Amino acid sequence: MNETGVERLADRVPFRPILNGLRDTGEVLLLIGDVFRELPHGIRKLPLIVQQMVAIGIGSMPLTLIVALFTGAVAAVQASYQFRDYVPMIYLGTVIGKSVVIELGPVLTALVVGGRVGASIAAELGTMRVTEQVDAMEAMGISPTRYLVVPRIVAATLMLPVLTIFADIVAIFGGYLVAVLTLDVSSHTFTSGLRLYFHLRDVFSGLIKSVFFGAIISTMGCYYGLRSEGGAEGVGVATTQAVVASCLLILIVDYLLASFLFRVLFA
Amino acid sequence: MPEASIVIDQVSKRLGTKQVLRGVSLSIDPGESLVIIGRSGTGKSVLLKHVVGLMQPDAGTVRVDGIDVPSLGTDELLTLRKQMGMLFQGGALFDSLTVGENVGLPLREHTDAQESQVEMVVHEKLHLVGLEGVEHMRPSNLSGGMKKRAALARALALNPKIMLYDEPTTGLDPITADLINRLIRRLQERLGITSIAVTHDMRSAYHIADRIAMLHEGRIHAMGTPAEIQSTKDPAVRQFIEGSAEGPLLPT
Repeated sequence: MNETGVERLADRVPFRPILNGLRDTGEVLLLIGDVFRELPHGIRKLPLIVQQMVAIGIGSMPLTLIVALFTGAVAAVQASYQFRDYVPMIYLGTVIGKSVVIELGPVLTALVVGGRVGASIAAELGTMRVTEQVDAMEAMGISPTRYLVVPRIVAATLMLPVLTIFADIVAIFGGYLVAVLTLDVSSHTFTSGLRLYFHLRDVFSGLIKSVFFGAIISTMGCYYGLRSEGGAEGVGVATTQAVVASCLLILIVDYLLASFLFRVLFA
Repeated sequence: MPEASIVIDQVSKRLGTKQVLRGVSLSIDPGESLVIIGRSGTGKSVLLKHVVGLMQPDAGTVRVDGIDVPSLGTDELLTLRKQMGMLFQGGALFDSLTVGENVGLPLREHTDAQESQVEMVVHEKLHLVGLEGVEHMRPSNLSGGMKKRAALARALALNPKIMLYDEPTTGLDPITADLINRLIRRLQERLGITSIAVTHDMRSAYHIADRIAMLHEGRIHAMGTPAEIQSTKDPAVRQFIEGSAEGPLLPT
């Protein structure tokens, strides 16, 4: 990577953060282009993809489900508090179901997985970069994008929707438990509310979001990991950057996708 | 005079705020072993990475067998690299793979060899570097010397025409270092492998070099056979090869 031009310009003008942002955006776009170019070769590396799917999917499952359970439980408590005296409790199931499948399930799962998997990918690839393992791979004619990046992005993009489906189910179950056990709402009332206004497109919209979130988390992990420099400290910085960038992008893309899905596609 | 296998012409490179290389020119003939010496931080490894296309020069050209390396696209570069082997300073073995998988990786990636053939080559290359019975061990369980030898076996897996060694003996005990030196020399003499090694280990340099070049202040400061370097009157070279703190080279 030739940074000379950018570095010299940055020395002259007080816009280093802007230049860094532009550079990062450009480099991420180049990486994405590289990923699409290598995708046909990369997806043949099935064992590597399966290995990553296990690490990302199965590995993140316990944490995701615990977060989902309590998210649903809190949603039930909060909703019932706001409904009291104004809204019939039959709508408790409706509001929990809708908010979980559209928003809470995909976004909270992505934020949890972003912290866990994004950091793990950045730390692993960052360590490989600073110990010259990535250079060694390139020097032996093996593309790091094909061998390291594509399997991780494919695995994360496939596994995030799977995790989200489980998270949706467990979160609704969490809400159900709280409603039935502590809020004096009958099982029938809750499930009737859940079925009321239930649209499959809500579930799909959440899953479409999670596909993008999976791609974001793994791309940020790979990008910041592969550009690590300066030993252990550099790997630490890369890990932090990957998680911060993942979380910010998840929320920004969530807004953009919500606008597109509910104002354009399903309007 | 045969066509030079590697030609480096007026290569300059700036990293961050530091001008590391300031017009380096070198020519390495086929089958020749060139050793680049110089103090730490003078850009020896940077120069080596230009040969294999891991870094792009800001100015100048790098040609391998007449091919302009910096102008190559990703796929052409990957093809060229299959003919080259590089030994990294710390070995750079992949932690997630066993030693055997590390050595066999280039074969599995670049050839259609059967698994039994791959295993045979892995065994042969590990035997060549004096390592046996470590195929199933993880790199983290190997000593520094063993890592370097395993990495050398991996670099040799595809029978490269060109070998690049980055500090091949640094951090090794004198006996292992001598084993590596002999191995590098044998590869060059028997198989005609063109090699560039960067080192500040003068014992190693004298052993493996046909010619020695000293990199100083971003340029090739001196060049000659090991005998010429040993008898030079150049004060900077003398100070370096004698390992003296006094002289024109200031402590960093």
